[in-house]
Amino acid sequence: MSKVILDVKGLTMNFGGIKAIDTVDLTVRSGEIVALIGPNGAGKTTFFNCLTGIYTPSFGDITLRHARKNQETRLNGMKPNKITEKGMARTFQNIRLFPTMSVLENVMIGRHCRTRSGIIGAIFRNPAAKREEEEIVEMSYGILKKIGLHKQVNEEARNLPYGAQRRLEIGRALATEPFLLLLDEPAAGMNPKETEALVELIRRICKEGHSVLLIEHDMKLVMSLSDKIVVMDYGKKIAQGTPIEVRSNPAVIKAYLGEDVDDA
Amino acid sequence: MFPAKELKRSLLISIWFAFLTFPLMVIKVDPIARTVHYRWDNMFFIAIGSFTISILAKVFILRKERIAHSRKAQKTASEPFVQRILREPRFLYPLCLAVLVFALVFPTIFSTYQTNIMTTALMYVVLGLGLNIVVGVAGLLDLGYVAFYAVGAYSYALLNLHFDMGFWAVLPIGGLFAAFLGIILGFPVLRLRGDYLAIVTLGFGEIIRLILENWNAFSQGPSGIANIPRPGFFGMEMSFASGIVYIYYIVVALVIFTIFVVNRLQNSRLGRAWLALREDEIACQAMGIDKTKTKLIAFSLGAFWAGLVGVIFAAKTTFVNPASFTFLESAIILSIVVLGGMGSIVGVIFGALILILMPEYLRALSEYRMLAFGGILVIMMVFKPNGIISNVRRSYRFKKTSSKQVVEHE
Repeated sequence: MSKVILDVKGLTMNFGGIKAIDTVDLTVRSGEIVALIGPNGAGKTTFFNCLTGIYTPSFGDITLRHARKNQETRLNGMKPNKITEKGMARTFQNIRLFPTMSVLENVMIGRHCRTRSGIIGAIFRNPAAKREEEEIVEMSYGILKKIGLHKQVNEEARNLPYGAQRRLEIGRALATEPFLLLLDEPAAGMNPKETEALVELIRRICKEGHSVLLIEHDMKLVMSLSDKIVVMDYGKKIAQGTPIEVRSNPAVIKAYLGEDVDDA
Repeated sequence: MFPAKELKRSLLISIWFAFLTFPLMVIKVDPIARTVHYRWDNMFFIAIGSFTISILAKVFILRKERIAHSRKAQKTASEPFVQRILREPRFLYPLCLAVLVFALVFPTIFSTYQTNIMTTALMYVVLGLGLNIVVGVAGLLDLGYVAFYAVGAYSYALLNLHFDMGFWAVLPIGGLFAAFLGIILGFPVLRLRGDYLAIVTLGFGEIIRLILENWNAFSQGPSGIANIPRPGFFGMEMSFASGIVYIYYIVVALVIFTIFVVNRLQNSRLGRAWLALREDEIACQAMGIDKTKTKLIAFSLGAFWAGLVGVIFAAKTTFVNPASFTFLESAIILSIVVLGGMGSIVGVIFGALILILMPEYLRALSEYRMLAFGGILVIMMVFKPNGIISNVRRSYRFKKTSSKQVVEHE
């Protein structure tokens, strides 16, 4: 079995008296696509926010092991930007692109944490800074090509169609060179054709050596894409397993999929 | 041609106006003769007048709508003239050269008085460009910018008073002091945004001014510090007039330096991070940008320019007192940035020249200065919310086949 790259143990998040997440365990192995599903309000996005440092979890441990380097980091209480630097990038449920910046610039922002030049480099444009800037542009363009947006490099991000904006968000996250990618409802609001393209894209990303943890409501996408599914309800993990196992799990059916499994 | 509904509406408006102005325009009480005059003809004029005006306004609006409609049909996404010039290096470089030559020969053509006014305007250009980093690019609304200006001015005044330091020695020190203060201010306001940030920075600006006003032992209080020497030129003695011209050239050099640096900063990794910070803070952090560091750099770099101009201000007027650093000053600098166009270098330059030069040349209207100022801002925000010249996005061009790129500047 491949190496565990994300290991969440007993994660709990309290907001005042409300337990949004209650001792949830989750592991992601290298090269896996793991889906986190659950009814609305189950605590999936809160879980993501805990992982990416937007919230500091109340209890529990989040450990990130670098896929290639032999490096282990405890993520609790780390700042979001540090976590991204460690190799875990995310997208947002409600698109959070930089709306008035161009498509290319959006991706270039993702390169920020992998580049170094500061004020001096910016003002004097010394060879190192110049080379770095060229690399940023080139690599960002490469990513845009990969996600099929290279014809719109100079377009303002807000003018892109919805599906393209979602893809751009993934592209921007990829630019940070993550080995683990967290996607928060990547297919939300997409039409079937766009969803198909998205599945294709996620598969390709996975093949290139990124692991993926995603939240999704589109059951067709989840069932066809994921290696493992984790189901949450009322902040608790109620089931875990392969798509087939989860499909037939009575607890899941009761909590989430409704009466008739085949309809899902 | 003209809808009957509108005619009826205008008629109603005119009747309403006639009724409203009835007590003022029609009734006239003569307290001595104890009689009341009814001036019905006034009512008639008002009715006619308001009817015509309301119809004219409606015609104007209808015409505008029709034009807008037809333009939409043609789908002409015409870029503003200025933007086209700025995008095209073929036009931009000769234009820059012309402006530069004009700036250099300015003192020989115009009088000392004009040169002096121009110096002031150019100082505001630098202030505007400095604040532009904070407000326009990084999106941090700073209402206490004048504090850094004051710090620059007082560093020269005090260092000169106590340690007899010269202008050139203090110039960088003043800038660095202000930048350092920018970081000090930055720390407590890191978590704040928008209105909250504006209030805190406003308070900060007032704190600095009040310290200067009340701490007599330190700053000599409201009476200020006088006899600050003008900048030296290798120890040469200069007449009053040539001193003014000299300062003018110093400021021109500073403007060029500022434009150069600010332009490069905006088109860099750091500048992009600022823009991203302005657009979406959370996404920005999730993309691995250190919010704290980026904000502090913006604050301190913005303050740095204010510090430099402060030193020059002290040297130019040879006198500083706290009255020069009131909130009004901050408001004017902010107006320059907003009026000119947030984030746009050319816009800020125009904004500064318009806002500083216009009151000087319209001295006759000086009593209405603030009124006009407010009016212009309101009209600008309604019709051109992006400022006179909005920022030109840098665009990139790529060859179709290879990934090797051709980078187009601005």
